[in-house]
Amino acid sequence: MFDIPVGDFFEFLINWLTENLGGFFDLITVTVKTFLVGIENVLLFPHPILMIILLSALAWYVSGKGVGIFTVIGLFVVEGMDMWEGTMETLALIITAVFIALLVGIPLGIWASKNSTVEKITRPVLDFMQTMPAFVYLIPAVLFFGLGEVPGIIATLIFAMPPAVRLTNLGIRQVPEEIREAALAFGSDSRQMLFKVELPVALPTILAGVNQTIMLALSMVVIAALIGAGGLGQPVVTGLQQLDIGLGFEGGLAIVILAVFLDRVTQSLGERSQ
Amino acid sequence: MAAITVQNLYKIFGKNPENALPLIEAGKSKEEILDQTGNTIGINNASFEVKEKEMFVIMGLSGSGKSTVLRCLNRLIEPTKGTIKIGDEDITNVSKDRLLDMRRNKMSMVFQNFGLFPHRTVADNVEYGLEISGIDKENRRAKAYGALQKVGLKGYEQQKPSELSGGMQQRVGLARALANDPEILLMDEAFSALDPLIRADMQDELLELQAEVHKTVVFITHDLDEALKIGDRIAIMKDGYVVQVGTPEEILTNPADDYVKAFVQNVDRTKVITAQAIMRKAPSIQIPKDGPSVAIRKMEKVGVSTTYVVDEQRKLKGVVTIDDAIRLKDQHHKNLESILISDIAVASPQTPINQLLPKAIESKYPIAITDADQNLKGIVDRATILAELNENGNEAVNEKAEPKTLTK
Ligand SMILES: Nc1ncnc2c1ncn2[C@@H]1O[C@H](COP(=O)(O)OP(=O)(O)OP(=O)(O)O)[C@@H](O)[C@H]1O
Ligand SMILES: [Mg+2]
Repeated sequence: MFDIPVGDFFEFLINWLTENLGGFFDLITVTVKTFLVGIENVLLFPHPILMIILLSALAWYVSGKGVGIFTVIGLFVVEGMDMWEGTMETLALIITAVFIALLVGIPLGIWASKNSTVEKITRPVLDFMQTMPAFVYLIPAVLFFGLGEVPGIIATLIFAMPPAVRLTNLGIRQVPEEIREAALAFGSDSRQMLFKVELPVALPTILAGVNQTIMLALSMVVIAALIGAGGLGQPVVTGLQQLDIGLGFEGGLAIVILAVFLDRVTQSLGERSQ
Repeated sequence: MAAITVQNLYKIFGKNPENALPLIEAGKSKEEILDQTGNTIGINNASFEVKEKEMFVIMGLSGSGKSTVLRCLNRLIEPTKGTIKIGDEDITNVSKDRLLDMRRNKMSMVFQNFGLFPHRTVADNVEYGLEISGIDKENRRAKAYGALQKVGLKGYEQQKPSELSGGMQQRVGLARALANDPEILLMDEAFSALDPLIRADMQDELLELQAEVHKTVVFITHDLDEALKIGDRIAIMKDGYVVQVGTPEEILTNPADDYVKAFVQNVDRTKVITAQAIMRKAPSIQIPKDGPSVAIRKMEKVGVSTTYVVDEQRKLKGVVTIDDAIRLKDQHHKNLESILISDIAVASPQTPINQLLPKAIESKYPIAITDADQNLKGIVDRATILAELNENGNEAVNEKAEPKTLTK
């Protein structure tokens, strides 16, 4: 038999990129890190009690009483387990990763919806990104960005971006032909068509994509902790390494509480936009 | 000048429309061309004119090219060949900016399934055309509210379209099309999605609205009754051709070919043929100038026993019978007023003959047809009406007004 040196090639590629684009990666690292730290500071600045009140009020307002009450109790449990700082770190990390994923993903989805060639190219790439075991992203992320939160964010956003692209594309393509014709018949140019008609009509679908992106990002929390991203993944990883069931469980529970909060709130936002 | 002039318009769907053009000119059928080139013919050498402020109906079977013609008028579909003039401007040749401008200011469209924007309120839907033309908030609000009032939707401005019934949603569609006060309204099967009662209401309202706003309307339908009710003129399409253009009456009385004949034959002609079409000249005399002698001579000459009496303005006063006139003459009286019978049946030239019949049965004399100024235009007698009904077949007289649809 014969060998196809896929691994060698990939290694070569990554090495070449690190050597030649090092400055570029440093720039990204600094930018992302600044952004992340900014958000972390904002989230950690108020007293936890105040923060709990704010987040619960938000949940109550957006998703109703049930979710509001769940958030109060859930976040008090988090604070009681002494996981508050980790939770806010993770929240900041997810906000950063999701923000960048949407910043890239939504325009890409729009482009794919307008151009069938782009759609044909992105579709297999997205499939690849999503089916590739998430651990694999850790290696180039570490090579390019070193250890810490930034490679964690990069790996997270790559893994979490596909639904944003996919559902933006789908949402815009699903805008009924007659609505599009109406917009044209009244004299819309292509910008008005996109911003006044297509995006608003597609919004519920796009928000469903955002919700999925957030959930996928949360699923990366523990994996990202392996390369030093910190947050709630850390107690789980430590628990695993030291076989400390209690610590691991506390970290896991905090992740679940955060996930339920984020899921319900973003889902309600999608429903409201319908 | 015509509001819209369409000349030798072709639309060929498919990859290489150029391949199909010579085949069309060689007279090949739609199927043959589809087989040979893979191209579908949407419009085949269509020419017609729409007059200013008229209601022009395009009808034909499904797939005959109605929607394609309509969408060529505002270039939602690009014509393959031919010219379309809006006023005196050839829209097939204008710049992109000018096209946007024309869509914003000259014409607007109403859709079969309403085409409303689900994320906008009723008022915001109606404002859309004004908003994208850059009209300021206050102005467009006022215009939108005005348009909504016209279609009877006052008070619904802040609802979402999904909260309204179908009929109301289409009123929103109509208001949206009226808001920028265009010259031309393009309506593609605008009432086809509504149930029959609401549909009839909307037709009436459209006619009332038209009497107020006087737009040039191009209205597409495949319901013949709707076409006859709404259309000042009707164009009939088949396989991309325009087969015949004419008034409802011309189309019914004089169908251009078997295709047209086939789908007008079931129409209840008595609802469409009007008094005007079957009336004949009335023997008449004028008072006070004419006396009994003139009346008698006139009746003897035409061979009738009654004559119609008008005054100096040709306004109808009544009838006199020959017996009364002779009696009056024997008594050496001159004034016909004393024997004038003024209680007679009268109808307007636009009255359909199914409404003339009951009058004709009750009345001893032929029905006088007068215009809005009571001027005598002619008369219709019972025999003529019965003959006309007979020609229509007994079926049509008995059959009630079920909507006749071409596709079913
Ligand atoms: N985008 C398109 N691509 C290919 N063929 C088309 C396209 N649009 C219309 N056609 C074809 O052109 C012909 C005319 O279609 P059109 O929609 O104008 O018919 P219509 O008279 O409006 O019919 P209906 O009553 O069903 O709405 C049909 O044969 C149709 O299949
Ligand atoms: Mg159609």
